[in-house]
Amino acid sequence: MSGKEKRNLRRTAGGKKGLSENVQYHALLLPGVFMLFVFSIIPMFGVLIAFQDYVPAKGILGSTWVGLRNFRLLFLLPDSMEVLKNTLVLAVAKMILGTIVPVLFALMLNEVTHKRMKKLIQTSVYLPYFLSWVLLGSIFLSMLELDGVVNYFIRLFGGEPVMFMASNQWAPVIMVVTDVWKNFGYGSIIYLAALSGVDENLYEAAALDGADRLRQIRHVTLPQIAPTIILVSTLNLGNVLNAGFDQIYNMYNQLIYQSVDIIDTFVYRIGLVDLNFSLSTAVGLLKSLVSFVLIVVSYRLARRFTGYRIF
Amino acid sequence: MVHSRNKGDRILKAVCYGFVVLGAVLCLLPIIHTLALSFSDKASATAGKVSFWPVNFTLASYKAILNDAQFGTAFRNSVIRVLVGVPINVLFCIVMAYPLSKTTRQFPKRNRYMWFLVFTMLFSGGMIPSYLLVSKLNLMNTIWALILPGAVPVYNVILLMNYFKGLPQELEEAARIDGAGPMAIMWKIYVPLALPCIATVALFSFVAHWNAWFDAAIYIGDQSKIPLQTYIQQLVVDMNVSSSLSFEEQMQLAEVSGKAFNAAKVFVTMLPLLVVYPFAQKHFVKGIVMGSVKG
Repeated sequence: MSGKEKRNLRRTAGGKKGLSENVQYHALLLPGVFMLFVFSIIPMFGVLIAFQDYVPAKGILGSTWVGLRNFRLLFLLPDSMEVLKNTLVLAVAKMILGTIVPVLFALMLNEVTHKRMKKLIQTSVYLPYFLSWVLLGSIFLSMLELDGVVNYFIRLFGGEPVMFMASNQWAPVIMVVTDVWKNFGYGSIIYLAALSGVDENLYEAAALDGADRLRQIRHVTLPQIAPTIILVSTLNLGNVLNAGFDQIYNMYNQLIYQSVDIIDTFVYRIGLVDLNFSLSTAVGLLKSLVSFVLIVVSYRLARRFTGYRIF
Repeated sequence: MVHSRNKGDRILKAVCYGFVVLGAVLCLLPIIHTLALSFSDKASATAGKVSFWPVNFTLASYKAILNDAQFGTAFRNSVIRVLVGVPINVLFCIVMAYPLSKTTRQFPKRNRYMWFLVFTMLFSGGMIPSYLLVSKLNLMNTIWALILPGAVPVYNVILLMNYFKGLPQELEEAARIDGAGPMAIMWKIYVPLALPCIATVALFSFVAHWNAWFDAAIYIGDQSKIPLQTYIQQLVVDMNVSSSLSFEEQMQLAEVSGKAFNAAKVFVTMLPLLVVYPFAQKHFVKGIVMGSVKG
């Protein structure tokens, strides 16, 4: 019996059963959809407080509406522009290095022919990704202290110790470097997966044509992962305003607000430290709107360039 | 494999080996440093004499942890969080991934649900509205504030859905003909076949729950209920940020939470991950590769 015949048989035998199957599918999805509705969709209505002078005791219905006052206030705050600039600088720097380093690493690891050694290296470089910024932040802060291990080595080689986390020159560099450190191994996984499918015959052919290994990497390996690089970079576009709350919050201090305070930490301090719920939500909403546009654009581009689909 | 033929190729290979080994070492050094600090005596650690090997080896910090009631409570809270949170995550993943793995012909409304899931994955109301919701639902200061908002891990649902899609259809057809309904097919055929992927999803969820700190920092005020990461965060990081303490208070704090002691706490906190990680690595990598291959 062919597949089509089987399907027809089922349809005629159990039209009612087909319906009840669908009912069961809906039933299976219902609890999860309900949870997502409560914890994801309902808070989206909460953004209304961005247009209010929200007072918790009065609730959303009882608080006074102030139109765009919170947004105007936002543009008057001296910190706003600085925070926006820091966010863009940190996010873009992390994105660029966060693409180049994993690609280079994957290309170099691909040259390692020792199976055991390759495994061992992969095990070590993927590890930091799985550790939280709470732990890594505390480790890095302790390493970068005046009496920390980094300055220990600087002294050992006769240099002047540096107060890294009190310096507005150093802090952004530290944030970018530690972020790349944490994520490059994990980021290389997707490229290594793409590389594992390269046809060995291509290398043979290139070698016969007299290409040395470097040329082979450039003309055989790199084109193989180019679509992946384009896809990942395009999808990254939606993250231009995400400069990494967890990391910054766990590593910054008042001395370096000027250089590493970002939108998300700013939202947190206005909202949950200063308890200005409305202003904080206004900043968050503005960020979400811009991110929304970026995400839609990036998915469209990804679809055009690489035929990528969300599902 | 094409073997290196000339000098240039051999140099290139040596450079590649050098860099990847350097990368691997760099990834481990901060962890080794923390371990070395935790086994060093208080004075050497504070004076910054420890690099990558313990100075004046001692187990004092670990003994102190055993006597630290607050650390013990926080550890227990984290274990409870994982034991309650992970099964809930996994259960939601299974029951949602199964119907979504059907084609639109088998389940015409499928794509509507998919768009809904993707929408919730990409957008959120933000920090304050979520905070107000949790407080309105009276979840403040309960473990549910840490579990319910993330009960449905959408990314993992999609991961498992893609795995389900790749399973052979013939088994399901056969079970159907034998009269099995969707529930039976899901539990008796799909779940056993998808165990590797379910393990991946469970591991992702374990890491997420074990590492979470921010939710407890804002939702849990009662110090006896905070999980381990939040405890470490308050202990190590906030001390760095808040300079509102008087000099004497800071000295007292330093007395109980010296650098060596903190390093030991940080190490114990990452220990469960370090233990699980080597066994789980294969699954993690598979999960990431699967997640990037959309069906």
